[in-house]
Order: sequence, then C-alpha cells, then structure tokens
Amino acid sequence: MKYVDTTQVQKKMGSRLLANNLAKGLFLLATLFGLVVLVVLIYRVLNDGLPWINVDFLMNRLSTDPERAGIWGAITGTLWLMVVVAPVTMLLGIGTAIYLEEYATKGRISSFIKTNISNLAGVPSVVFGILGLTVFARTLDLGSVVLAGGLTMALLVLPVVVVASQEAIRAVPQFLREASYGMGATKWQTIKNVVLPAALPGILTGVILALSRAIGETAPLVVIGIPALLIPIPDGIFDKFTILPVQIYYWTIDSALVAEYANLAAATIVILLLVLFVMNSIAILIRNKFQKRY
Amino acid sequence: MKGVIRVAKSVVRNHGQELNVREIIQEKKRTKSFTNTTEKLIPKILFGIAAISVFTTIGIVLTLLTETIAFFKAVPFIDFFTGTKLKPLGENAVFGVLPLLTGTLISTVIAMLVAIPVGLMTAIFLSEYASEKTRRLLKPILEILAGIPTIVYGFFAFTFVTPLLRSFIPGLEPTNILSPGIVMGIMIIPMVASLSEDAMSSVPNAMREGALALGATKLEVTWKVVIPAAISGIIASFVLGISRAIGETMIVAIASGSSKNFTFDVTQSMQTMTAYIVEVTGGEAAAGTTLYYSLYAVAMTLFVFTLIMNLIAQYISRKFREEY
Repeated sequence: MKYVDTTQVQKKMGSRLLANNLAKGLFLLATLFGLVVLVVLIYRVLNDGLPWINVDFLMNRLSTDPERAGIWGAITGTLWLMVVVAPVTMLLGIGTAIYLEEYATKGRISSFIKTNISNLAGVPSVVFGILGLTVFARTLDLGSVVLAGGLTMALLVLPVVVVASQEAIRAVPQFLREASYGMGATKWQTIKNVVLPAALPGILTGVILALSRAIGETAPLVVIGIPALLIPIPDGIFDKFTILPVQIYYWTIDSALVAEYANLAAATIVILLLVLFVMNSIAILIRNKFQKRY
Repeated sequence: MKGVIRVAKSVVRNHGQELNVREIIQEKKRTKSFTNTTEKLIPKILFGIAAISVFTTIGIVLTLLTETIAFFKAVPFIDFFTGTKLKPLGENAVFGVLPLLTGTLISTVIAMLVAIPVGLMTAIFLSEYASEKTRRLLKPILEILAGIPTIVYGFFAFTFVTPLLRSFIPGLEPTNILSPGIVMGIMIIPMVASLSEDAMSSVPNAMREGALALGATKLEVTWKVVIPAAISGIIASFVLGISRAIGETMIVAIASGSSKNFTFDVTQSMQTMTAYIVEVTGGEAAAGTTLYYSLYAVAMTLFVFTLIMNLIAQYISRKFREEY
C-alpha cells in the first residue's frame, strides 16, 4: 500500500510552489522599486543641475538673476553652522554617553534620561525649530543668526551622538578598564586614557553622521527665520546666514515663477548630496578601518 | 621608550640632588588631593551635561505649553478642535485646526499606503529570499535612500512626481496632497524595511526549518511562521513610520501648497500641521498676536501626536517582544 499519492501531492504542490515563486517575484519588484526611485531621482537632479555647476556658481553670491546666482553664501553659512554644531553636540553627546555608561547607577534617573533621549529622537525637527525660535532667537534675543541656528541644530542631532557614543563605550571590554585600575589609575583617569581612546572610532562615526544630518536638515532653520532675501556673506557666529538646504527650498518654491530656479535648486542638490556622500564615506571608512575587535 | 627615558631622567634627578622624603610625601599629597577633587567633580559635571537633554525636553514642553495656554485664552478650546475653517490672516481670523488635521491625516495615510506594503515586501525579500550576497548589496543602497535630505524629496515631489501624476490625473492641481504623500511614503520605505527586517532576521532559524521540514513552501513559512513571530517589531516599525510621516515637514511644505481646505479630495492642495508652522514662521507672525500663538497650539498638537506614536512603538516592541 502506498502511503503517499505522488500525483496528488504534485498537483497540490504545483500551485503552492507557483504561489511561492510569484510572491518571490513580487517581493523582488518591491525591493527594486526603491532602487528605481533612487536612480530616477539622481538622474533627474544630475540632468537638471549638472550643466549649471561651474566655478562661478560655487563662488558667486546670491542673485535674483539665475545666470549670476551662486551659492557661496550658503557654503560659508554651512561651514559657520558646523563651527557651532560640532563642538556643542560633541561636548553634550559624548558627556551624556560617558555619564550614562560609566557613572550612572542603574536607577530611575538614568533610565529616565535614556527614555528621554529616545523620545527626543522622535520629536519632529520643526518642533525643534519652534524651540530655537522661542528660546535662542527671541528669549535670548540672538535673532536668526548662526549661533541660534547652530544651538538648535546641536540639540536636534544630539541623540545620534549619544546613542553612537554609548554603543562605542559599551563595546570597550571590561578587562581594559580592570587593567587600568590594576595599575592604580582612578576612574576618570581610566575613562580619559583607556576607554575614550578605545571608543574613539565609534564616537567619531556617530559625530560625522550627526553633522551630516545637521547639514541636510531644513525645517528648523526655516522656522527660526532665515531670510529669503539677499544677505551678506556671514563672517562669524553672530551674523545672519543661509545654508544649502534652505537655498534649495526657496529656489524650489520660486521655480513656479522663474523656471531656471529649478535648475539652480537641482545644482545645489548635487553639491549637497556630494558633501553628504563624502561625509558618510568618511564615517564608514573610520568604522571599518579603526574599529578594533577584542 | 619615552616612559623609560622619563623614569631614567627622574632617577638621575633624584640622585643628583639630596633626597628629601618629607618633600616627596608632601608633593604626593598635593597631587593626590587634586586627583581626588577631579574624581569628585567630573561625575557632577557629566551629570549636568546629561541633564541638558532633559532640560531640552522640558524646554520644548514649557515653551509650547505657555504659549498654547495664551492661545486658548483668545480662541476657545472647542472652537480650535472642531473648527473646520482656518483663516489665520486678515480681519476676521478664524482658527479651526481640522483642515490641518485632515491634511496631516490624509498625507500620512497616503504615505503609509506606499510605505507599509513596499517596505514589508522589501523586508521579506531581504530577510527570507535574498542570498547573503544580494542582501549585502541591496541593504546599503536602501540606506542611501534613507539618508537623502527631505528637502531633496520635496524638490523631487514638486518638479517630477507632480508633473508625472498630472499627465494621467487631469484634475490634479499643481500643488496637491497626493504627490507629497507618495514621496513621503518612498522616504519612509527604508525605515519600515530595515526595522521589519531586523525583527524578521531575529526569528531563529530552527522555527523556519521546522516548518520547512513539514513541507511548507518559503512563502508559507514567511507568512505563517516568521511574520507572526516578528509581528511586534513589524508593527512597531509601522507606528514609527506613521510618526515620521506626521512630523515630516519639507516635502509637504513644498509640494502640498498652502490652501487650508477642509476636504478629503487628494487632488487638491491641502496644508499639514508642519507646513502651517513653516508658513506662519516665515517672518510674518509678530510676537503676541493670535496668529503667533496659533503656531504654538499647532506645534503642541503635533508634538503630542508624535510623542504618543513614539511611546506606543516603544511599548509594543518592549511588551510583546518574543524571547527565544
């Protein structure tokens, strides 16, 4: 007696295998959808923007005449913004991470700070803009200058640095700390001389990713009130400024009036994406090259 | 090597002069008390730094709350949340938040209609079907999609997707809610895909092999074993995606226009809460006016919505996490 009716099984399996293969094709298509969009997006931006990129475009100041308009102001603005964001976010982010990983006892306060940071990561960037506008620009009366924008941005990207630094510090093996204590070093000496150097690649990766996020964010700075008007090239952290994404924003919404503005926006996007691409590559490079495995 | 030289030098120095034990002890005491002070001070400084993140949250809540209270003194609470008309400028300003809420809701629904199916199918493909090599190639490319600034997506929606949609939806306005909704969905795909993939990859292989040994196909394994086992992580990724869509600003600020229509017609221009904030802060709101305060009321609503979503996502992934 046969326990299995082969033809029956084959008949049943046929449709199930067909469904499996169809589904596999569908899943592959869905995966490719994202890639196709990426290709189209990059093709469009390069196609519209590349012919407009030249030395004049990079070095010229803002102008209402599309032929003469340049992004030098936005580039210097972005650099000045980094002058504020980088030190502030590093100090706050790494400090918080050291406290949470090395000093905090597992209690209510430290878990409250942790929950708070993960919630902060989910607050929409436009709300940070409101905070910056109210606290830095109006209450502290800084106005919409680099310092106000930079402090807002630093708070916005803070969770990225904290989480990355926490992971990097946690990955430093305990025996390194014990060896340091064994030599008679104190806790802070151990952190300063052993833990932080060992965690540095991971921390740096987080910092670079946070900075590249800050370079790409638009909403908080628009809310703080970066003027759409022609402003002088910023010369310090107390000057009014503009940055690449904000420039893209104003050119895009005005492209309904002047068609060439769309090309200017595309050209600026090419530069912005190039900067982000370089920064992210550096971050990946650091992570791959210097990340020690114990 | 340097250390050896330093030790050698100090030995020479100590032998060169008369050794004074009392001086050495005092020197040690001095440095020790300095070290002790640093040891006590550093944790306090670091705690202060860590507290700044908490102060940021408190700062956000306080600024939003005080100005929102001022707003509700001018505009009744009920009128704000049930008003279907929003006309913030001019003589007879009316502040009803419903047009903004529907705008936000509709754009979020459109975005999730794109992001959930495509993101989930991408996750299934990467976690269940793709070979290790394919996954290592595809995942970073998807991550690039997640790293593109939202302003670039806004540009893409406005200059490419809207004209494309208009070529086969004749009634579509130049600014509408459909195109930014779709582009927002595309932006969220990598997030849903990556989080869901993490959840599905952490389902142990033994469970898959058990089902495969019983004669199930890969599709059946995925559908009946892997997805149910990973459901908490998958749902958490959806909720986070929704929260992201609610808070997204630049895509809608560019491509959805500024009409404060109370409508459900996706071909029309609508404004979301975030886009309203961007529009009003564009320099025109003088401090102390109702328009200025309305900004905070809307921001508060937005903040509360996203906070609830994020808390739900955290709760789901913590509470229903299956341990293997």
